[in-house]
Amino acid sequence: MLKLKEVTTVIGGFAAIRNVSLEIEKGEFVALLGSNGAGKTTLFRTIAGVLKPANGSIEFKGLKINKLPPHKIVALGLSLCPEGRQLFPQLSVYKNLMLGAYTRRKDPKGVQQTLEQVYELFPILKERRNQPAGTFSGGQQQMLAIARALMSKPDMLLLDEPSMGLAPLVVQKIADAIKSISKEMGTTVFLSEQNANMALMITDRGYVLENGKLVLSGLSRELRNNDMVKKAYLGA
Amino acid sequence: MVLQLIKQKWFYLAILAIALAVPLLVPNRYFFQIIIISCIFAIATLSMNLILGYTGQASLAHAGFFGIGAYGVGLMTKAGVSFWLALPASALLAALVGFLIGIPTLRTRGSYFAIATLCFGVIVSIIAGNWVSLTGGHTGVVGIPRPSPIPLPLAGEITFQTQTAQYYLVLAFLLLTLFVMHRLVYSLQGLSFMAVRNNEVLADAVGINTFATKMLSFVVANFFAALAGGIYASIIGSISPSTASYTLTFNWLVYLLLGGAATLSGPIAGAFAIPILMEYMQFLEEYRQLIFGALLIVVIIYFPRGLMGGLASLRVKAVNYSHRRKAGVPSAAESGKPDQAF
Repeated sequence: MLKLKEVTTVIGGFAAIRNVSLEIEKGEFVALLGSNGAGKTTLFRTIAGVLKPANGSIEFKGLKINKLPPHKIVALGLSLCPEGRQLFPQLSVYKNLMLGAYTRRKDPKGVQQTLEQVYELFPILKERRNQPAGTFSGGQQQMLAIARALMSKPDMLLLDEPSMGLAPLVVQKIADAIKSISKEMGTTVFLSEQNANMALMITDRGYVLENGKLVLSGLSRELRNNDMVKKAYLGA
Repeated sequence: MVLQLIKQKWFYLAILAIALAVPLLVPNRYFFQIIIISCIFAIATLSMNLILGYTGQASLAHAGFFGIGAYGVGLMTKAGVSFWLALPASALLAALVGFLIGIPTLRTRGSYFAIATLCFGVIVSIIAGNWVSLTGGHTGVVGIPRPSPIPLPLAGEITFQTQTAQYYLVLAFLLLTLFVMHRLVYSLQGLSFMAVRNNEVLADAVGINTFATKMLSFVVANFFAALAGGIYASIIGSISPSTASYTLTFNWLVYLLLGGAATLSGPIAGAFAIPILMEYMQFLEEYRQLIFGALLIVVIIYFPRGLMGGLASLRVKAVNYSHRRKAGVPSAAESGKPDQAF
């Protein structure tokens, strides 16, 4: 479904990711692990079209997307839930969700269906649908950010560090939600995390990014037992 | 409670009734003229609100487009074209110019966009002052005919020679503008304007073509600015480079900020309240500007959403208060109590 070939992205003269090649099949649930500054966000922003790669190619559903603007990539069915719970703070929860479905504006019935699904996944959003998004707690904002990304009914969802800055109990809730997005809704999910423990518990396989380079990949249960991963990310 | 009635339909109907009765209520011709000009400026402020209030792009070229509309209608009707043809033609011309200006300027953000558009606004009034063969230079265009009469099948025709007829004409255009803005702002398209204002990068990420969205808002705003300008030229009868001057832009900006940006009632409230207040403070002469300067600072600090935005949040507080009294518990929206689950 998604195929990166030798992708390099340069930010301010510095190659933040270098020669990254990876492939994700339809329906897979894949983790991207890496510490602060490893290039996880840069990689996601490059895939979503916010940044343009200096080199290499990105294919989504067999189409080259590395030259497309972000809004066209969203329309193709690839949705990024950006790092740091990006929302439209002054707008209500409902309006945030409707904007998430912007690319499907010609299909109000389908949007209504997705809205019900999303409310089922995060009941708190239904309860507070008329509240401005900016007044939410961190966990609720993250739920709304994920829900908004789902509203475009993406074939593939890029989740950039959803656990960042959240309490362990909330992280658990978010992890459960992401799991059901992958398993029950059948969405292909690419999840970037510093919280390797959480990520490797729920995903099928994973990649490890270090200093802008992919250094390791494998099944999640194997990565959990890998000495290097254990040492660097699991604190064991 | 008065504040709770604001949302109700009959409150709007009452305002409409007062608006229709204005010709009976005004004390003299001078005051009537101020009301008529306020209506025209309300159209200009409403359209400025679209790009500046709802879309968050501080366009300071507004009087420039108002001027394009005014000169368009002034020159065309003097050449014998019907007002009813000249007005849409001028507004479309301004929309087209806005589109061309938007291509480079809308790529800039924040204060750079404000500066770029301000430059364009100034250029329009400089051209108006110096292209003597077309615009008449600093003397401007005088003797612009009143709007052409509308023929009626039985009763003859509607002419626009009296102040009352002119008032109803501008009121009709004001209501039309308000109607279009209302439809636009409460549509998904309107929501995308607000999304761009709130978080442009995220708007892009959810699939909104932010450039096209800003362009649409800019073009529609300029269309209505020129519409206001065209009506102004025909009602007042003479125009000069000052009709396109940036001082007008800043007047509307003050109406907008005091009345309440990103509300539909705010620009109208501002466009009527401030000129009328100004009239009643005539005795203060130049010191009026000082008072408005101070007022602007106070409003921006304490009512960042302006008069109408301030009233709306007071209303929310009042509703919450009454809920709380009824239920005996703090309401969800106000309590700020963290959710138990988290």
